[in-house]
Amino acid sequence: MSIISPGFGGRRRSSRPDLPPGQYLTHDFPVLSAGPTPRVPLERWSFAITDETGARTSWSWDELNALPQEDFTVDIHCVTKWSKLGTTWRGVPLDALFENVETTADFTMVHSYGGYTTNVPLEDLLDGKAWIAHTFDGEPLHPEHGGPARLVVPALYFWKSAKWVNGIEMLQQDEPGFWEEAGYHMYGDPWREQRYQGD
Amino acid sequence: MARAAVPGRLIWRVATVAEARWETPSARTLVLDIPQWPGHLPGQHVDVRLTAPDGYSAQRSYSIASAWRDGGRVELTVQRVADGEVSSYLTDVLEPGQQLELRGPVGGWFVWRGTPAPVLLVAGGSGVVPLMAMIRARGDARGRQPFRLVHSVRTPQDTLYAAELARRVRDDPGLDVHIAYTRKTPDDWPQPPGRIGVATLNTHGWPPDFAPDVFVCGPTSFVEAAADILVALGHDASTIRTERFGGTA
Ligand SMILES: Cc1cc2nc3c(=O)[nH]c(=O)nc-3n(C[C@H](O)[C@H](O)[C@H](O)COP(=O)(O)OP(=O)(O)OC[C@H]3O[C@@H](n4cnc5c(N)ncnc54)[C@H](O)[C@@H]3O)c2cc1C
Repeated sequence: MSIISPGFGGRRRSSRPDLPPGQYLTHDFPVLSAGPTPRVPLERWSFAITDETGARTSWSWDELNALPQEDFTVDIHCVTKWSKLGTTWRGVPLDALFENVETTADFTMVHSYGGYTTNVPLEDLLDGKAWIAHTFDGEPLHPEHGGPARLVVPALYFWKSAKWVNGIEMLQQDEPGFWEEAGYHMYGDPWREQRYQGD
Repeated sequence: MARAAVPGRLIWRVATVAEARWETPSARTLVLDIPQWPGHLPGQHVDVRLTAPDGYSAQRSYSIASAWRDGGRVELTVQRVADGEVSSYLTDVLEPGQQLELRGPVGGWFVWRGTPAPVLLVAGGSGVVPLMAMIRARGDARGRQPFRLVHSVRTPQDTLYAAELARRVRDDPGLDVHIAYTRKTPDDWPQPPGRIGVATLNTHGWPPDFAPDVFVCGPTSFVEAAADILVALGHDASTIRTERFGGTA
């Protein structure tokens, strides 16, 4: 039972089938993060996948750029209620990065420069569902938005798409990351409005 | 200090507007009665949900302005955003006696837990709301932590909580407030209007080697600029917590 607010009409920015419930459409690109924006020089940048035995596979900036690149257009949904439709990116699909990683673990913890973490099940990273992106709208990804490179997992709320990403750690058991520890949902499906623990 | 907020499932609660008061010509504080409120920490926010008569609903986040006392009320301060869907309803339409739904408290990162370190608060516009909850919690607990607030506002008229801040600077030992006016200053003000810059935060903040806890809150572009300056001044990025309210103003 909801309380009706007399006199509240609303602007109904969200009455569109491609918007998940409770989301409104935005055309600018809001910035949300927990601290200052890290600036990572490209020559010091690296990205590593660490499997459950501790073995690391890592890539430098040049090595990342030598992998197969994809242009992709996706809708993104932030837990703070904005959605942006048809955003265009370029980056490396995680399938390419996981090609030579052998693992039996089902869960991952994504790590970032600056110490941010977020958990994502492995199956949501593979089969063309996620990328390490370095280009947004034809331009190098701005540091505010996670440049030089960020994870993009469009099927989940955008806090899962870690900015300034520098690694993925394989886990046998699901563990909460930074916001999940603070009460946000362990999975974060926007279509099911999984914002907070217990949603 | 406030009782810690209980983590766990967040339920929607019905809040009744007990009082509403204008803080400035465009910002209004709603004083809410919320049965069985579990308490909150200064810096946490709530999600407010409005539902139109035909079932359409919209949700937005609002920081809690008040410090928690058992059995007390919860206050939100809402700045009207031109053409805003939710804020203009909360400032201009909602009246005492009416109800709305909210859930919370939300957030365990942008909170002040009463630790002894010096604190630097940097606010842009309505970003002062969660920082005011910290100032109030410190005042209620007669805390001695050195506190500095640097508050950027457009004009003297837009200064939230001006009278209370002036009173607290007088009565709460160790609290300093510096207001930076971006468009119009009071008469006889020593500086011309301008945005917060390196000199502002160098002069009115704490030196990095005091290792202060830093809280920066406001519109996105303000938070970006202020946090970048603090890092450039030598503050350790891990001591700077930010809350971005969205918008570019
Ligand atoms: C954690 C958190 C805490 C917040 N706490 C407070 C608070 O204590 N007090 C408060 O007044 N607001 C607060 N906000 C902002 C609030 O949630 C809304 O974004 C704001 O009230 C505008 O909503 P609206 O529905 O009126 O405007 P909308 O209809 O959503 O937007 C109208 C226009 O205003 C722009 N806009 C949206 N938000 C802002 C903003 N914050 N400043 C300037 N322009 C904006 C939009 O881009 C759009 O063009 C908080 C936001 C967050 C994420």
